[in-house]
Amino acid sequence: MINIEYYLVLSAAIFCIGVYGVLARRNAILILMSIELMLQAVNINLIAFSTYLIPKGELEEHLGFIFAIFVITIAAAEVGLALGIILRLYRNRASVNVDEVNLMKW
Amino acid sequence: MFPADLYLLMPELALAGMAIIVILADLVLKRRDLLAPLSLIGLAVPVALSIVLWLKLDSIDPHALSGFSGFFVVDYFSLFFKFLILGATALVIMASRESVTRFSRFQGEYYALIMMASGGMMLMAAATELVSIYVALELSALSTVALIALLKNSRSIEASMKFLILSAISSAVMLYGMALVFGLTGSTRLLDIADRLTSVSELIDQPALLLGVIFIITGFGFKISSVPFQMWVPDVYEGAPTPVAAYLSVASKAAGFAVIIRVFFLAFGSLTDEWALLFAVLAAVSMFIGNLVAIAQKNIKRMLGYSTIAHAGFIMVGLAAIGREGELLGPGVESILFYLVAYAATNLGAFIAVIAISSKINSELIDDYAGVARRNPFLAFALAVSLVSLMGLPPTAGFWAKLNVFNAAIETDLVWLALIGMINSVISAYFYLRVIKTMYLSPPASEERITADLPLKAALAIAVIGLLFIGIVPGFVMDVVETAVGTLA
Repeated sequence: MINIEYYLVLSAAIFCIGVYGVLARRNAILILMSIELMLQAVNINLIAFSTYLIPKGELEEHLGFIFAIFVITIAAAEVGLALGIILRLYRNRASVNVDEVNLMKW
Repeated sequence: MFPADLYLLMPELALAGMAIIVILADLVLKRRDLLAPLSLIGLAVPVALSIVLWLKLDSIDPHALSGFSGFFVVDYFSLFFKFLILGATALVIMASRESVTRFSRFQGEYYALIMMASGGMMLMAAATELVSIYVALELSALSTVALIALLKNSRSIEASMKFLILSAISSAVMLYGMALVFGLTGSTRLLDIADRLTSVSELIDQPALLLGVIFIITGFGFKISSVPFQMWVPDVYEGAPTPVAAYLSVASKAAGFAVIIRVFFLAFGSLTDEWALLFAVLAAVSMFIGNLVAIAQKNIKRMLGYSTIAHAGFIMVGLAAIGREGELLGPGVESILFYLVAYAATNLGAFIAVIAISSKINSELIDDYAGVARRNPFLAFALAVSLVSLMGLPPTAGFWAKLNVFNAAIETDLVWLALIGMINSVISAYFYLRVIKTMYLSPPASEERITADLPLKAALAIAVIGLLFIGIVPGFVMDVVETAVGTLA
């Protein structure tokens, strides 16, 4: 059986890739995808913990899965809203480059 | 189990229901001006239901009703925040009648979204479990994103974009922290987490637990606009419709502190040494950054944005004091709750006056506020009193708020933090007084009178009378705060 450590390392790696993407990307859509990576890393963590660490038959047995489902649902709502705003941004200035979103500073 | 517990959720459910009714009314009714009164009625329903729950709490012992297998609790603490949030929402709705006409087609949506955001914040104050805290947090955050974007001009969309991305990142980091805490303790219920941390002693020394706690602070720090998660604040305040900025500065901050107190009180009570120091440092940095950068601002909404960062710092002094006491129910929590009430009245006063003045003179620059005192003495006086209260001078609410917080800090040997707070109060006097000076001493650009509609004036009067009342008779609010804190532990 695969040890839980592998899942935790995988999750940490995906989370870091997501953070790197958020910091390095300039396209709003790619930033959104990177945030999605961070959320999926959290889901891997939640499900690994739930499967390996919670004893069977306890009240909390499926809590990690339920948490993950909530995360997925809210992430979907977030993406819907974000795409609407990015669309509006594109109409306003014909670009989704976040470096150009700089009307207000300091 | 579920139908029996459902009545605990009545205020939130009623609010969500009324939000949907407002959208439907917007669709059916031809008269848009009926929407504001309808939403005010919609706010009265949850207030009435909360009063019913409060009376029910009086008759039972211990004064708390827990429901949905420990996911949600109705106690004095959560009801206190429900009243605060609903009151702030009502004042904002009263003050936004004129601003709303600028949203043209989306007036119903404005009222509905602001009510849904309030619903999310009310849930935040009552949730006692990490999943429900996350869901409540996102409900209020996503509604706010849409509210900020309602003006649909470049600035408004830019502000909303920045808010959305930063909010998504901070909540992703917070979720990672929650997942770590869940993995270490095996539960997401705050009380079970606390149990596990005290019964399994090796957990406390786990670096992963500390990492989880710090990650969770990231998510909440974003909500209360503390440094280093403050980058969105000035931009959002400048770009968003002014009533939305007013709403964000008061309600979102109150809900954020409610959830911080609950999580760190109930779940991480055994880790106080670690997080108290963290909050003390964040408080000091927030005060300095907020106040020093506010000095350089020319736009009054941006200035109030930096001022709100500084005030997050002042309130966090109370959080640092809680942690140092060892036993949790000390003056720290009470000072935070008192500060939040005083800050709500004060900041709403300032923002409502800014809504009225800026929409008439068509400018948000502080220099354009020259001579406003001659063009409308009432608005200028209200803004001046609010700014004096933000400064923390007697006889206003801000004075007692700051006194309580510094007092709590000194009682718990955080004298250095109290000193930093006092230095910062002096720094803040500079930019608040500059606005008052411009309004009263500079010659006006024109003699034309600034007018405001009646609901706005009423809301402004309530806020100003409220802050003066708290300033002159602080005992009344103090008693309520003591009751609210009493059921927490």
